[in-house]
Amino acid sequence: MEIIKNDKKYDVVIVGSGAGGGMATKILTDNGLNVALMEAGPFFDPANADQQLHLKWPYESPRRGKGSTRAFGDFHASYGDWALDGEPYQMKNGTKFNWWRSRMLGGRTNHWGRISLRFGPNDFKRKSIDGLGDDWPIGYDDIKPYYDKVDKLIGVTGTKENIYNEPDGFFLPPAKPRLHELYYKKAAEKAGVKVIPSRLSILTKRINQDRGVCYYCGNCGRSCGVYADFSSSSCLVFPAQKKAQGRLDLYVNSMVREVSVDKNGKPNGIIYINKEDNKEYSINAKVVVLAASACESARILLNSKSVHHENGLGNSSNMVGKYLHDSTGADRMAFIPDLMNRKTYNEDGMGNMHLYSPWWLDNKKLDFPRGYHIEIAGGLGAPMYGFGFDFNSLNKYLGLEVGGYGDRVREEVKKYYGSTIYFAGRGESVPQKDNYCEIDPDTKDKYGIPVLRFNYKWTDFERKQAQHMNETFERIVHNMGGHMLWDNKAPDYGLKAPGEIIHEVGTTRMGSDPKTSVVNEYEQLHDAKNVFVVDGGPFVSQADKNPTWTILALSWRTSDYIVNELKKQNI
Amino acid sequence: MNRRDSIKTIVISSLASGLILEGCIPREKEMIYENVWKYKYGRTPEELQRDLELLNQVFFSKKELHSIRVLANLILPPTKEGTIDQAEVPEFIEFIVKDSPSYQEVLREGLVWLDEQSNQNFNALFVDCNEDQQKSILDTVAFPKDKKSKEEIFFSTIRNLVITGYFSSEVGINDLGYKGNQPNIWDGVPEDVLEDHGLSYDKDWMDKFVDQSKRNDTAVWDEDGNLIS
Repeated sequence: MEIIKNDKKYDVVIVGSGAGGGMATKILTDNGLNVALMEAGPFFDPANADQQLHLKWPYESPRRGKGSTRAFGDFHASYGDWALDGEPYQMKNGTKFNWWRSRMLGGRTNHWGRISLRFGPNDFKRKSIDGLGDDWPIGYDDIKPYYDKVDKLIGVTGTKENIYNEPDGFFLPPAKPRLHELYYKKAAEKAGVKVIPSRLSILTKRINQDRGVCYYCGNCGRSCGVYADFSSSSCLVFPAQKKAQGRLDLYVNSMVREVSVDKNGKPNGIIYINKEDNKEYSINAKVVVLAASACESARILLNSKSVHHENGLGNSSNMVGKYLHDSTGADRMAFIPDLMNRKTYNEDGMGNMHLYSPWWLDNKKLDFPRGYHIEIAGGLGAPMYGFGFDFNSLNKYLGLEVGGYGDRVREEVKKYYGSTIYFAGRGESVPQKDNYCEIDPDTKDKYGIPVLRFNYKWTDFERKQAQHMNETFERIVHNMGGHMLWDNKAPDYGLKAPGEIIHEVGTTRMGSDPKTSVVNEYEQLHDAKNVFVVDGGPFVSQADKNPTWTILALSWRTSDYIVNELKKQNI
Repeated sequence: MNRRDSIKTIVISSLASGLILEGCIPREKEMIYENVWKYKYGRTPEELQRDLELLNQVFFSKKELHSIRVLANLILPPTKEGTIDQAEVPEFIEFIVKDSPSYQEVLREGLVWLDEQSNQNFNALFVDCNEDQQKSILDTVAFPKDKKSKEEIFFSTIRNLVITGYFSSEVGINDLGYKGNQPNIWDGVPEDVLEDHGLSYDKDWMDKFVDQSKRNDTAVWDEDGNLIS
């Protein structure tokens, strides 16, 4: 097929507009570079009335918010979920991996939980601690200045806690706990579990004149219309556009297929399919920055085959796609009789929990190697599709009759409103070389691009960790006088399928040895000096922390490096 | 072009070959659009088209819909706080079975079963029986034990849809007492609620939380990360 050329030559082309791509866009344009930003989905601005999702009522959807076209419901700000029409992926050896994709400006940063945790010193040196996996080639001190800058630029709530592996930062003050969170704190502390205010990228206080301050509607998952939460579109791409004065071109609905190379095999841009006309176009640039998400960036590299790179670009080590790993997760829910018959008031708060529990134990004394943190949910939330299903099933815990209809319905629905607490353990898995994505030789998506095939198995490390999560939740619920609504039994203990926590990383891992890693400490391909990967791909291990804050800090560090290398004419 | 017109253009241009609108007279077209504009949130053009198609299909007959209305009023009898019709529960159920087709068979067969029972026992359609007669039929399926029969599954399903439809409506939300989904300033659990639960905010903790009177002061930190504004 003929490739339509664009005569413009950019300094940098960035593929993907989520956390990593948004940050690179901001820093590189701030430094005077000419940038093309490629996004596979449409333009998205949460403040645009036509696209607005926050502050909508369930009855503004004909299905009352049911997740028929979006896995997490109608108002959830992600165009796309674990399945996309015409863009399949495969699995092999009977294994399972669920791959989330958000095709829109800002990508997954529009819908994420805003939990913004720094990795601690131990998180970069796991092999030195437990002998498993690998150490990162960098340590906390290398990234700390960038975490500090990210805190100030974007804003994150928190409190100084002086916990060694949960480093403090430049925090905005957190919001007071909700009622069920006070119950949690008391019961968790009695069980020896640490509880601290949440670290969320939500503005409880003004940080600049371009963004609003949180007004506590709890709708962060819908992307904030006054930009009081962090989404890459509203907090990085729009400010970059404003300041760049024409040095930033945004290409939306542009699906990147591969990195192109010149006759000597040196990367010189990208080739993409314009979804409007289904034709192929090229973008010419000195530097290529991939930020399409860990698996999508690996896919682009593997699909960038040429005589010079028969194995795909950056893949002389055969490591692209390997060491794919997601967070572990196991969830439980409990009924707390003390929370029945509540007085109602506006308890929306910030768009996530106001308190959480960072990892509080020492793995040396446990039968699994890595930790987890605990997230909780509950309270007087907005009723949506599904609210009131099995309306009085909780009667069984009180020895009362279940079922019926008539006047009792209103009475019993109100009796139980706000009386349950949800617990989510989110932990660190041990990266395995045999957990990977690769190109499926037989399947192409609707754009004609070869798709990914996954192979992923959990080990006993993760299963034992999930077992421990369940035991912890049970102790806490016991302390609250509550009842567990379900059990998570052996052998998996409710461990979620890989990909379901949507923290997948590791596919282009970082290292100093080009034989066992894909990028160096500056997220630069060992095999091509002018190609960088700034999403979760370079993570050597993913900690029991959500990856976004580290993606942002690393992307900033890499962007500074790119600016300097271009100045020195090294790339 | 105003906002609604611009969305209309998106819909019209994205409707493949205009399969629904072809052959409509302009007034019908206007009515078809009114159906979809009643709902407004940031749908993608594909989602809007899907809604448009579903909203303009008919699944339940008028007779079936009448049975659903009668049944819904038995499940959740009207009060001054709100009614099934104010909550548009029948309309919601008509939509959701097209949106999620797995509901179709169980509901349709269940409605037939109701009439079979009422004919057998009272020689009348379910909707024409008196309330006591209707309840005598519902009582046979409203309290399932362990493994549910087909009829019990029907009743649980429609009860779920009625209750969720009511409480996710405007009147239902007010009835429930949900007070959120609006800009406000969260400053903790109300004092009387804390008291009722025998809880309080620790003094040590209070200093850590946001001082809402300073929320609009731009954040400034000292070099150790202490907030000083």
